[in-house]
Amino acid sequence: MGAIWDIIGNEVTYSSAMRFAVLLLFAASGEWVAERAGTLNISVEGMILAGAFGSAVSYDITGSIPLAILMGAFCGFLVSTIQANLSHRLPADQFVVGLTINILILGLVGFLDNVIEPSVDKASQATIPGLASIPVIGPALFDQPWPLYLVYPLVPAVWWLVYRTRWGLEVRASGEDPNSADVSGIRVNKRRRQTIYLTGLTSGLGGAYLVFGAVGAFADSIVGGRGFIAIAAVIFGGWTLKGSVAGCLLFGAVVSFRLSLPDQGYDGINTEFLTALPYIVTIVGMAAFAHRVRPPAALAKPFLRGLD
Amino acid sequence: MTDVLGSDPIDGAAKEVAAARGRHLVLGEIVTLYALSVLVALFLSGLLVSLTGGSARDVFSALLDGSILRPGRWGLTLGSAAPMLLVALGTIINSKAGLVNIGQEGQLLIGAAFAAFVGTRLGGETTGSVAGFAVLLTLLLAGGLGGALWAAIAGALRFWRGVPEVLSTLLMVTIAANAVGYGLKKDWLLLAPAEGRSNRNQVSEQLADAVRVKRITVFGNEFPLTVLLAIALAVVVTFALSRTVPGFRLRMLGQNAKTAQRAGVDSTRYGMAAMALSGAFAGLAGGIMLAGGDFGNYQLVPGFSVSIGWTGLLVALVAREKASAAVLVAFLFAALRTGSGFLAATGVERKITGVVQALLVLALLIPPAVLYIRQRRRALNASKERI
Repeated sequence: MGAIWDIIGNEVTYSSAMRFAVLLLFAASGEWVAERAGTLNISVEGMILAGAFGSAVSYDITGSIPLAILMGAFCGFLVSTIQANLSHRLPADQFVVGLTINILILGLVGFLDNVIEPSVDKASQATIPGLASIPVIGPALFDQPWPLYLVYPLVPAVWWLVYRTRWGLEVRASGEDPNSADVSGIRVNKRRRQTIYLTGLTSGLGGAYLVFGAVGAFADSIVGGRGFIAIAAVIFGGWTLKGSVAGCLLFGAVVSFRLSLPDQGYDGINTEFLTALPYIVTIVGMAAFAHRVRPPAALAKPFLRGLD
Repeated sequence: MTDVLGSDPIDGAAKEVAAARGRHLVLGEIVTLYALSVLVALFLSGLLVSLTGGSARDVFSALLDGSILRPGRWGLTLGSAAPMLLVALGTIINSKAGLVNIGQEGQLLIGAAFAAFVGTRLGGETTGSVAGFAVLLTLLLAGGLGGALWAAIAGALRFWRGVPEVLSTLLMVTIAANAVGYGLKKDWLLLAPAEGRSNRNQVSEQLADAVRVKRITVFGNEFPLTVLLAIALAVVVTFALSRTVPGFRLRMLGQNAKTAQRAGVDSTRYGMAAMALSGAFAGLAGGIMLAGGDFGNYQLVPGFSVSIGWTGLLVALVAREKASAAVLVAFLFAALRTGSGFLAATGVERKITGVVQALLVLALLIPPAVLYIRQRRRALNASKERI
C-alpha cells in the first residue's frame, strides 16, 4: 500500500500521465465530434501517424516547430479526406475504409521513414509562473513542453462548436436521426464529412504534439495503437465531452505507467503486463460503462437517401 | 473516366436503347471501373518507388519472379496463402452475420500459442506416425479453440455489455501479443527448456517430426497439405452459408437484425457463434502456420503472426464476402509477400509491398461503391419516367 501512495503523491506520475493523456485528448476531441455525427472513425490511428510523420519531415526541412505543427494538422486532414469521401460520399463501409487507411498509412510511413529518416527535437519547456507551483498537479498542468498547451483552448472550442453553434446542432441531429435531419434540410453526409475533417485536423495536431511535445523523436511505431484508445475514451465517456476528457486522463495515466513506474524504481512488474494494461483497462472500462450510456442513435449507420 | 450510360437524366429514346443493351453495358462498366482503379493503385505505387529513387519496373519484375516465376516460388506462395485464406473465411462468416471482427491478428496468435502448447506437450521425438497424426489433429483443434475463445470474449462483451466489437477485437490484438510474449518467457507455458536453446532466445520447443504437416512436391514446388485443407474449407463455408439453415439465419441476422429476431433467430446465440467461428478460423490459421513449416520453423517465436491476420482480413475485404474470390485474392496477397523476398536486389525497401497491398485494397473499395450509386441513380431516373 505504501508504494501506491508513493506513486499517487509523486509529481512525476502526474506529469507523465498528462503527457500521454494530452495525445488522447487531441485525438478524442475530434473523434467525439465525429461520433456525435454518427461516424465511428477508426482511421484516427492513421491520422495521428500521418500528422506525426508530416510534422517530423517538415521540421527536418524548415527547422520551425510551429510550421511543423501546422503541417502535421494538414497531413491529418489529408488522411481524413480519404476517409470522409469514401465512407460519406461513396457508400463504402466506414470500418473497412478506416482499417485500410490505417494499414496504408502505417506501410507508407514505414517505407518513407526509411528513405527520409527525419530528425527532430523536443519543443522547449514552457513554465507558467505561479500556476506551475501548485502542489502535486501544478507541474503536470503548467510546466510542460509548449505544444501541450494547444489542447487547453481546443477542448472548450470543440464544446462551443458542438453545443453552441447551429453547425453543432446539425451535427448532433445527423448523428441522432439522420432521416429527420435530412427532411429539415440538413445535408447529413456533408456534416459527417466535415466532422471527419475536424478529426483529421485535431488528430494531426495530436501527432505533431506526440513528436515535439511528448517524445522528441520519430519512429513508425510512435503511435502504437493509442488512436484506438482515444476512440475507446469517447465510448467510455458516454459520448459526452467531459466524460471523454475523463476517459483520456484515466487511460493516459495507465499508458504512462509503463514508463513512469520503472522510472520510479518499481521494476518488479513484468513489462508485457504493463504494455497490455492500458488495453485491458480500456476494455474493462468500456465493459463497465458502455451499457449504461446511450450512444448517438445513428452511430456507425451509413446514411443513404435516394440520391445525394 | 468515360460515362457509359450517362449520369445526367437522359431522354426516353436513349434510355430504351440503353436498357436493351443494359447487361452488356453494365458488365463493361464493371470491368472498366475495376481495371481503372487497379491501374491507378499500381501507378501510384510505381510513382512512389520512382520518387524514392528506385525503378518501378525492377520492383514489379522482382515481385513476379519472387512469387511465381522462379523455381519453387509458387509453392512458397501457396504455403503463405493458406493461412490468409483461412483468416479470410472466418472474416466472411462474421461479416455475413453483420459483425465486425478486425482482431484476427490476435486470434491467430492465440491459436498458434494454444497449438504450440498442445503440440509440444503431447508429441515428442518418440511419437509414432499414427499417434503423431492424432496429435496434429488435436493441435489444430486446439488452435481453433484458442482463436474461438479469444474472439468469444469480444462477442460476449458485445452482446452482454454493449461494447462495440470493432474496438474490443482491435484492442485485444495488443493484449494477445503481450500475453503470448509473456508465455514465451515462462517454461511452464511455452518457453522451450534451457538445453538446446541459446540463452536469450525466447522460443518454444520445435514440433516433433511426426506432428508436422506433410509437405508435398508438385513440379519442384513444395507446399504443406494444409493448402488443400484451406481450399476444402472454402468450399464448406460457401456451401454452409448459402445452402444450410444456420447459414441462412446468419445471413438474415446480418441483413436485417429485426426481421431475423421476428423470424426466431436468437441474435445473441447466432452472433456469438459467428464471432467464435470467425476466431476459430483465425486460430486454425495460426495452427497450420505452426505445423505447416512455412513460418517460424515449426516453433513459436516472438512476433510469430507476421501480419498474416491483418492480410487475411484485407483478403476478405477485397473478396467482398465471397469465398471463391477469397481464394484468388489470398494467392495474390501471398504473392506480394513472397515476392517481397526478392526486393533486396532492387535496393527498394521491402515495406513497399505493404503500401502496394493497401493501395490495391483501397482502390478495390471504390468500384462497388460507385456502381451502387449509379444503380440507384438509374433506378430513380427510371421511376421518374414512369410517373
